[in-house]
Amino acid sequence: MREISYRVALREAIAEEMERDDRVMIMGEEVGRYQGAYKVTEGLFDRFGERRVVDTPIAENGFAGIGVGAAMVGLRPIVEFMTWNFSAVAFDQILSNAAKVRQMSGGQFSCPIVFRGPNGSARQVGSQHSQSMDIFYAHVPGLKVLAPAFPRDAKGLLKAAIRDDNPICFLESETLYNLKGEVPDPSEGDLLVDIGKARVVREGADVTIVAWSRISVVAMQAAALLEKEGISAEVVDLRSLRPLDHETVLASVAKTHRAVVAHEGWPYGGVGAEVVDRIQRHAFDELDAPVLRVSGADVPMPYNAKLEQWCLPQPETIAAACKKVLYVD
Amino acid sequence: MAKILDMPKLSPTMEEGQLATWHKKEGDTIGIDDLLAEVETDKATMEFRSFDKGTLLKILAPAGSSVVLGQPVAILGSPGEDTSKLEEEARARAGKGAAPAKTDGGAKAEAQGQAQGQAQAQGQAQAHAQAQAQAQGQVVAKEVEPPIVAESVGAGGRVKASPYVRKLAREQGFDLRRVRGSGPHGRIVSRDLEGAPKGAVGVAAGPPARRPTAPGELAQPQSVPLSMMRKTIARRLTESKQTVPHFYLTVDLDAEALVELRERVNADLAALTEKGAGKDEKPEKVSLNDLLVKACAICLRRVPQTNAQFTPDAILYHQRVDISVAVAVDDGLVTPIVRDADRKSVREISAEVRDLAARARSKKLKPEEMMNGTFSISNLGMYGIDEFAAVINPPEGAILAIGQARREPVVRGDQVVPGWKIACTLSCDHRVVDGAVGATFLRELRSLVEHPTRILL
Repeated sequence: MREISYRVALREAIAEEMERDDRVMIMGEEVGRYQGAYKVTEGLFDRFGERRVVDTPIAENGFAGIGVGAAMVGLRPIVEFMTWNFSAVAFDQILSNAAKVRQMSGGQFSCPIVFRGPNGSARQVGSQHSQSMDIFYAHVPGLKVLAPAFPRDAKGLLKAAIRDDNPICFLESETLYNLKGEVPDPSEGDLLVDIGKARVVREGADVTIVAWSRISVVAMQAAALLEKEGISAEVVDLRSLRPLDHETVLASVAKTHRAVVAHEGWPYGGVGAEVVDRIQRHAFDELDAPVLRVSGADVPMPYNAKLEQWCLPQPETIAAACKKVLYVD
Repeated sequence: MAKILDMPKLSPTMEEGQLATWHKKEGDTIGIDDLLAEVETDKATMEFRSFDKGTLLKILAPAGSSVVLGQPVAILGSPGEDTSKLEEEARARAGKGAAPAKTDGGAKAEAQGQAQGQAQAQGQAQAHAQAQAQAQGQVVAKEVEPPIVAESVGAGGRVKASPYVRKLAREQGFDLRRVRGSGPHGRIVSRDLEGAPKGAVGVAAGPPARRPTAPGELAQPQSVPLSMMRKTIARRLTESKQTVPHFYLTVDLDAEALVELRERVNADLAALTEKGAGKDEKPEKVSLNDLLVKACAICLRRVPQTNAQFTPDAILYHQRVDISVAVAVDDGLVTPIVRDADRKSVREISAEVRDLAARARSKKLKPEEMMNGTFSISNLGMYGIDEFAAVINPPEGAILAIGQARREPVVRGDQVVPGWKIACTLSCDHRVVDGAVGATFLRELRSLVEHPTRILL
């Protein structure tokens, strides 16, 4: 099968959906003439024109609100945040408008919008630009939150998100954009991935690692390290944080009896804590050890390159947690 | 500040250790790397040295006691420091002083709770029956034998076990009070259930077996607790005989030439020693066994199928010829290994076997010197045994049992003359070594023994 990057996978998803449905449009900072801050939207301005690929001023609260309004009256906007860190400025539009309007209008309005952009750390972009915003949005009923790790899932989920009638937060990662992976050729038909389904990306017998977004890739590296020591780790990539597919997680834990949840965000609360809660609640009798979390450090991200890496889950730290739940070392 | 010293892991496979000798007593000053005690492990007697300095305040495990890995053996601290808190902690960890009767109540309540929690739709009656059986079983067990309290039973009698272990115990009837927990704070985790007693439910099914008490029936036998080595021998050889399909091939070799060769070689070695320095030096001697070890090494190269081991997915043909040599020691036997025996001269093998045997008897072999042999030799010739069959030393594929060299009438041409014979029996794991293969090995061995200069070439 052909291999393309995560970045190209996203671009194909947007282009195919814009081709398929002329209500789909994209707006954000630098998405048009500059071809995208991270080149996800490269070529779209020339192909679809300035009415459907709209450059906005640096005003997230404003263009997120325009997007919500446009969605309420019939368009299917994609709003790109240059990074999810900037969505903090637009938080009220997402929290109080996008997530609420369908319920508060008794179904008279829906809000089919996709907010997307890179989330979490990159490489030395400072503490205000390195935050994992996962939990702020996964916390909110009325939103769907997706965080794929691999190009195929990124394409299939983004296409599904654009077609979904609910507001969706689509979390990418700057350090995933160049990750290559197998993605079927568009000639083989529409690639759609179900929202709300986790995927076992590596089978194993001894311990389950639950992760999402970039950390799923790190978890795969951890599993490779463990394999050298004769430990067989299963990796469950959540892909979707809300709705959260705990059935897939529980089935894996019922097999391995031990789990480690790894993610980039801070340890206090968070999606990881939610996953751990579901495991202990629904799979209590399957657990041979307390579920452990490997998270980002509980500090604003340092700028220093070495400190930054120290603050993030690494293959070694995930492997060490796996050994701990296996009571080895 | 005072701290508890735990039983350290002194060999890769060690699970518990027996304190053979304490080299320090309470009140002694301890320096870093001081020898605290000698510990008998499953492999050998190992030195237990201190990582810290301080004063040995309390010995928790006296000489002769067995202690599971990670359990307390002593308290180290500053002179005069109060150790009562740590002793209490050590006791709690070792599970002493717990009230085992409570465990029954706890198990019963838990079992009933489980039964009540079951869905009404199905299996409620069955679950009740199981819960009752379980509770009764434990009560009955308490009547017939003193409760065995494992480390995992904490103060108040609650058994510390993972939820998964509790589920398995409910389903399969493990008696968790009799399982040693290897997890943190003595928690029983799933790996501890391998081979654990499945008492509770089974006992409830029938009446308890009473010990016969007819007068004059049997004098009280002397009970000697199993040493670590005895446990290892029992476990490994039972496993071998029960799981490895053995078959046996015996040859009675004409050893005339081998005996003569040995005499010639030893005469030459004696002459060499005389010429050399030091009158005190004993002349070096090679034994028939040394020659046979080398002969086997050559045969294993020629018939690599006998230098192999069975695994469920594949036969592993070993690249090296590492021969385990059985050595009898005081309370059992060990099998130190002559590595690369095919590449060593008979003199080298001879010196190495002598060194390994001497260190085996003084229990100074390192665990790695007894691990991963590819073939074994057992020789009972020095005890006057003519012929015997040995148990395969797993996971090896074969073992050669060698009897004594016998002075016997043999037929040479048309004459009956005095000769030498040695009987050898090859025990083979039929999963790896078929009859014809084992026979080929012995044919090669016969040709070497009958033309023994080829052993030296």
